[in-house]
Amino acid sequence: MLNVNPVEIIETLNMIKDEHLDVRTITMGISLFDCVSDDWRRATDKVYDKITRLAENLVSTGEQIEAEFGIPIVNKRISVTPISLISAPCGHSIEFARALDRAAKTTGVNFLGGYSALEAKGYSNADREFVASIPEALATTDFLCSSVNVATTKAGINMDAVAQMGRVIKETAAATADRGGFGCAKLVVFANAVEDNPFMAGAFHGAGEPECAINVGVSGPGVVKCALERVRGQSFGVVAETVKKTAFKITRVGQMVAEEASRRLGVPFGIVDLSLAPTPARGDSVAHILEEMGLEQCGAHGTTAALALLNDAVKKGGVMASSYVGGLSGAFIPVSEDAGMIAAAENGCLTLEKLEAMTCVCSVGLDMIAVPGDTSAETISGIIADEMAIGVVNTKTTAVRVIPAVGKTVGESVEFGGLLGTAPVMPVNGASCADFIARGGRIPAPIHSLKN
Amino acid sequence: MKAVVTVVGKDKTGIIARVSGFLYENNINILDISQTIMQDIFTMITLVDTTESRLDLAQLQSGLENVGRELGVSISIQREDLFNSMHRI
Repeated sequence: MLNVNPVEIIETLNMIKDEHLDVRTITMGISLFDCVSDDWRRATDKVYDKITRLAENLVSTGEQIEAEFGIPIVNKRISVTPISLISAPCGHSIEFARALDRAAKTTGVNFLGGYSALEAKGYSNADREFVASIPEALATTDFLCSSVNVATTKAGINMDAVAQMGRVIKETAAATADRGGFGCAKLVVFANAVEDNPFMAGAFHGAGEPECAINVGVSGPGVVKCALERVRGQSFGVVAETVKKTAFKITRVGQMVAEEASRRLGVPFGIVDLSLAPTPARGDSVAHILEEMGLEQCGAHGTTAALALLNDAVKKGGVMASSYVGGLSGAFIPVSEDAGMIAAAENGCLTLEKLEAMTCVCSVGLDMIAVPGDTSAETISGIIADEMAIGVVNTKTTAVRVIPAVGKTVGESVEFGGLLGTAPVMPVNGASCADFIARGGRIPAPIHSLKN
Repeated sequence: MKAVVTVVGKDKTGIIARVSGFLYENNINILDISQTIMQDIFTMITLVDTTESRLDLAQLQSGLENVGRELGVSISIQREDLFNSMHRI
């Protein structure tokens, strides 16, 4: 006998067919510590061999699960130990980038993340060389993603790294100018980066992670939007309850897929990331959820409060549906990947300053935002510094993924295509912060980091 | 393996016959069947056991899609676990 009733079955089918319910990613995290060598050729061979061996069946397994359960699994991805840790003894980090990109192509994954460095408190000599290689690494590979953690609540903000990342972002944009600065879409600057994040471009497999793990990111802004349409005009208590119930259902699917993938691949289940990740597709927008709550357009006064409610309710609903919750877990607000955000940014309703406020109450940060091509490296560093301060003081992850649109200015847009969407070039504050960034050094950790 | 076959669309004669015929041809046992009209739309939900079938779920899905095209309805087959996971604690 059927355990569920027809109404529930149709509800699930509608979520998948009409409301864009999907599992956004199955990400296999792979430790590369045993690939370390003082010979870069040997190290990169070991990296390639290990990834292609462990992830050999990742894509086909994802496709099988997709077919059997009838639930789309949009991406299959790999995250690896931050490469700055693996390449430190032998240098030649660019050769690691090439080996990783080859491994991504052999396994057929959508992206491979972990061309990363952790330098919240300071640089090692290897880190400095590594970070300088990022523009070339992103310009000469297809599937590689990079991230740099420049701040933590425990260590404070490494302002030397913030300054360098402003320059690295500009160089990456210039090196990929023929592709609209696409390299910058694969580069994230973090505060309090998490070690088990399955989402790109910021995924890496942290030093405290197991040998190999399956992490799953769920999605479903469209499902939440449709659920809220059914409670129009009702109080915020009802809104929060509706989001919680929907998030629970979405997360249960993620948990089931994670367990199934883990069993079939013989790899331990890590975490489910409870994130609402939009896509540019119609009906799959986080901005439209906020508008459904009663805002004329995303960016209006009230937007931050609406997002705070949404983010909190998603976590409360999702946490009971999964045995292990981790990653970023919250609502994402990547401008170019969200039809509602694109529209709001285009007509000026949504500004960089409002987005910054929104990042105080959600994961992750200033994400997929195009800025004018002539924005200085120092101004980009200033944008990063503000966002890092929000993360450090609020003990949360924040990130910056901005794309200087080479040769373009406000009113134009950059087309990335696919899930990365279209980024309208947004105005930045023109006053200089160059002297502030030039100071260098480290902003101390906040007083509430001293918890011991 | 237990799976749920869902047929949704405009009602007409022969839907149940054609779908159950396809299941029979592919050695699939029907464990439970319910049919209703939901919001003016014909809905048939069938719990089946695919253990004896030579085809996997992806092949069955593709076969059922062809049947659905003939009948002008939408048919899907999915493992029962999906629905249990979402709606039962």
